[in-house]
Amino acid sequence: MKDKIFRLLLFVAALLVLVLSAAIVYALVSRSSEAFQEYGIRGFIANAEWDPRSATEEYGALSFIVGTLYTAFFALMLCIPFALSVALFNGVYFKGKKISDVVRSVVDLLAGIPSIVYGLWGFYTVRPLIIDLGVNAQGFGIFLSSVVLAIMIIPYASSLSSEFLSMVPNNLREGAYSLGATRLEVVRHINLPMAASGIVASFILALGRALGETMAVTMLIGNTNRIPAGLRDTGNTMASVIANQFGEADGLKLSALIAIGLLLFIITAIINLIAKLVMKKLSHA
Amino acid sequence: MESVKITNSKKAILQLKDLSVSYTPGKYAVKKVSTEIYPNTITAIMGPSGCGKSTLLRAINRMHDLYAHISTTGEIILKDKNVLEMDPMEVRRMAGMVFQQPNPFPTMSIYDNVLAGYSLNGIRLHRKEKDEIVEQSLRSVALWNEVKDVMNKRGSFLSGGQQQRLCIARTLALKPELLLMDEPTSALDPISTNKIEELLLELKQEFTIIIVTHNMSQAARISDNSMFMYLGELVEHGNTTQMFTKPQQKKTEEYLTGVFG
Amino acid sequence: MSQDRSISFTSRRAKDKTAYILVCLFSFLAMVPLFFILWDVVLKGYKNFNLRLFTEVTPSSVDALMARMNGDPIPGGILNGITGSVLIVGLAILFSIPLGLFIGIYLSDNRGKKFARTISYLTDLLQGMPSIVIGIIAYAWVVKPLGGYSALAGSVALAIMMLPMIVRSTEETMNMLPPAYKEAGLALGSSYTNVVFKILLPSGFGGIFTGILLAISRVMGETAPLMLTALGASVVNWKVTEPTSAIPLLIWDFYNDPNLVDLIWSSSLLLLIVIFLLNWIAKIVARKWKV
Repeated sequence: MKDKIFRLLLFVAALLVLVLSAAIVYALVSRSSEAFQEYGIRGFIANAEWDPRSATEEYGALSFIVGTLYTAFFALMLCIPFALSVALFNGVYFKGKKISDVVRSVVDLLAGIPSIVYGLWGFYTVRPLIIDLGVNAQGFGIFLSSVVLAIMIIPYASSLSSEFLSMVPNNLREGAYSLGATRLEVVRHINLPMAASGIVASFILALGRALGETMAVTMLIGNTNRIPAGLRDTGNTMASVIANQFGEADGLKLSALIAIGLLLFIITAIINLIAKLVMKKLSHA
Repeated sequence: MESVKITNSKKAILQLKDLSVSYTPGKYAVKKVSTEIYPNTITAIMGPSGCGKSTLLRAINRMHDLYAHISTTGEIILKDKNVLEMDPMEVRRMAGMVFQQPNPFPTMSIYDNVLAGYSLNGIRLHRKEKDEIVEQSLRSVALWNEVKDVMNKRGSFLSGGQQQRLCIARTLALKPELLLMDEPTSALDPISTNKIEELLLELKQEFTIIIVTHNMSQAARISDNSMFMYLGELVEHGNTTQMFTKPQQKKTEEYLTGVFG
Repeated sequence: MSQDRSISFTSRRAKDKTAYILVCLFSFLAMVPLFFILWDVVLKGYKNFNLRLFTEVTPSSVDALMARMNGDPIPGGILNGITGSVLIVGLAILFSIPLGLFIGIYLSDNRGKKFARTISYLTDLLQGMPSIVIGIIAYAWVVKPLGGYSALAGSVALAIMMLPMIVRSTEETMNMLPPAYKEAGLALGSSYTNVVFKILLPSGFGGIFTGILLAISRVMGETAPLMLTALGASVVNWKVTEPTSAIPLLIWDFYNDPNLVDLIWSSSLLLLIVIFLLNWIAKIVARKWKV
């Protein structure tokens, strides 16, 4: 009867998620096997060499892994003071007030700007600033991309954090105030400790976003296929090398790129899993 | 588990035979309840929290089907048919239920809310039939005069008491045999409660009502017969006046005098 | 003794005040980039933001070069990008909405059960996937078998991106509905199917629609996955099996072509307008249809 069919459809739809996930993993693994077989798993990951020229063809993921981690972590560090401030602004200091709505809307808009527009802005407006600051001659590099990346992930880090901060029960805060604490002290001793796991989880999620970011980074990082020597140096990330070189690729090169995609998938999945575990700790606390 | 014979010449409309409901294997929320309900009566089910009264009520219209881990055993005979072997949707058209929180469907107008039982069941009616049913149902809950000019509006602006009467009208529109009420006035103010109690006294002429209540005075005010449950068992079932003045079981007496509950 | 206490109190006050100022300052600084970006895009973009943008296809590099040399404004517009975006996102909506709704309903109904929790976790996993990896998947599943780039491949990629968002918002909306609605509907003898379609989904319309709008606005600006799937085209294309353009793809093309570079700002302006409009409508719907 009708209900049986409908419930079956619902179940099949849910099952599709499982099938989809499995199929994704299979697709990535099967198409990257060529590269892994050629170089061995450890060999591929540890190799910093990336040379598509047919005579000296050699592929390795290390430069991109380093570049990805470098930009993402540096971006996270840059964004923490700002994201935390916005979180405190919305979740504690101006909680419920009109100005908090304004700030929230502005930050939401920041999240809505597409990656490519950030890239354009980074290229035309921020890059000259970087050059003026004397960071490096051309402006491109880890520093520039991290700065723009940091701005991009502020909304993700701040919105979840502000929710956790505002969820701290009022009676606890009132208890602290009635003992003569200043607002800062209430925040430091009551709000932050209680919201800590949630805040950490949101920063980890923001990191996950940063790791997968493609367009803005590829326009700003300089696209050199080697391990960056430092913040001032240019480099490349896993996402951007795929975007750049996928077009004409086939054979071993294609497999190598997909292998990098698989590694990126695994890294972001692990980061998201860690964030989830941290949040679970919060709900059990 | 003695029950005083309820003097009524008509045949029982509802019979429960060894009805048991369990949420987890081995633990019973309702334990082997057997009794009879007679037509055109108001029966109150009372007892302390957790005694199983709501669970018992919900077993009658197969609401427990919604939850896979709940198992129901025994027999529930409604007008000579075993409820537990029937199609649940058919059962629910015979036994309507009103819940504690008034819940008019938010996206339907008052008019459509009253007819919801029909539209949800895919029963098509002519405009004239619809109008008749709506007017009749709303009149029987004394809501017609209050809403007849705003029937196309959503029900959310009505007061709690009015919303609950709307929900009762919605249930009555399907002309059920049995009206099951799960603490229908707990969420309402005293005046609305009063109005609904008066309403139930009138409705009993046409319907049979079973009402779960945690309010002893409500049971005393409106019910003909009362069932007292404790820890899943039916301790006593008898004429309300007699039970309240001379309870047969010690537990009943203790509950009524406030020793516990 | 009292002197010690009053000094420490002053310094505590000072710290409190400083922290307050820093929080306000850094929050303000965090908002500043938005204004700079909007400033840039609007100022540089409105010049070329005219009817031509919507009615003509992208100019070739040569035509653009000639125009620049003559001091003329660059001819052409981004019609092929606009139609391409409509086609690709439209198809993605078609794929992801029914599926997303059903999955969301299932998860809400089966809350807490093991299978549902697994699916929920996998949905989160899908949500966290980098868009470029989704592009690789769509490439493997559609581009390779079809033997070429296509709008279909692009929409598959975007549909995979939209799916988790729609599932989440549907599930959360359904969870927020009072269980009394479902119970009352069933108590009237209704079938479960009817309760879902006639009571639950209409009641939760606000939350679900908001989620859909937000998912659309999210994928409208995506470039990376489309680079690997739809590729782009210089003509208006409505055939799903052919390479198709999209607004973000055009922006990328313009960026990489010195002759067409001036068009990046007007295109970005259009893209931002569409995205912000969708977000704004989503906010209004959310407020108006509060569950």
